[in-house]
Amino acid sequence: MIADHPDRNLLRAKDLIDARYADPLDTAALAARACCSEAHFIRTFKRAFGETPHQYLLTRRLERAAALLRGTDYNVAEVCFNVGLASVGSFTSSFRRVYGMTPTAYRAAFPPAARMAHVPTCVVMAHAKRRRNGEDTAADAT
Amino acid sequence: MFNRITHTGVWVTDQDEALAFYRDVLGFEVRMDVTVAEYGNLRWLAVGLPGQDLVLQLTAFDPPQMDEATGAQVRQILAKGYTPPLIFEVDDCRATIDRLRERGVDITQEPVEQPYGIDAGIRDPSGNSIRITQPAPAA
Repeated sequence: MIADHPDRNLLRAKDLIDARYADPLDTAALAARACCSEAHFIRTFKRAFGETPHQYLLTRRLERAAALLRGTDYNVAEVCFNVGLASVGSFTSSFRRVYGMTPTAYRAAFPPAARMAHVPTCVVMAHAKRRRNGEDTAADAT
Repeated sequence: MFNRITHTGVWVTDQDEALAFYRDVLGFEVRMDVTVAEYGNLRWLAVGLPGQDLVLQLTAFDPPQMDEATGAQVRQILAKGYTPPLIFEVDDCRATIDRLRERGVDITQEPVEQPYGIDAGIRDPSGNSIRITQPAPAA
């Protein structure tokens, strides 16, 4: 049996974010999943995936919020709470920073027909936009 | 032009570990497990599902398959979870996930109702993403 690559433990923490983004998640719990100290976890996670765990969690929450805006009739507050965010005001401003428009405008930009495109969630989730000034490139694997 | 897809390759970090997972945990049949001395002990390991001819070749990436440096890159891509997903169809997604959870499998996504069916996610020990889909009844 080959010992795990260190990034495999980081992936366990990243998977935990993807699975439990709607719950309160703290860095301590994520670092425990990755079997390392918090400081080491934050540094190595950013090196592996291009964002800190906290940034990645927000990226995931906003991405899932965008999916709910496109695919459901939940109102903006319901979307916000559904993805684990507590403040509608900060959700709206974070969303606008990443997607370039308010949640309401984003929803209006997607005609109902778009909902009929049955792209699997795993594919949709892999295309989350990043927080950093709307940059949406894949993590640099250096 | 072509008739069927018969084989597809899946990179695995350890073929013994992968065999134990796909055969003993997921219930695949072993279709081929041959080690060829002439090719530097290349191990050809293929698994499939009862009633379907498509096989997954559980493929190692150490020499002789590739050089050490390239193998290290593959290992990192796998460890980060960046390989494309495998998608398996089931009759009952929730029951399948419950059974796999009991067997200690990493669940990456609990079953969720989607327009196309009920869908969940797991990882194999190498870090490959596996999606488990229960198709929606035909309208």
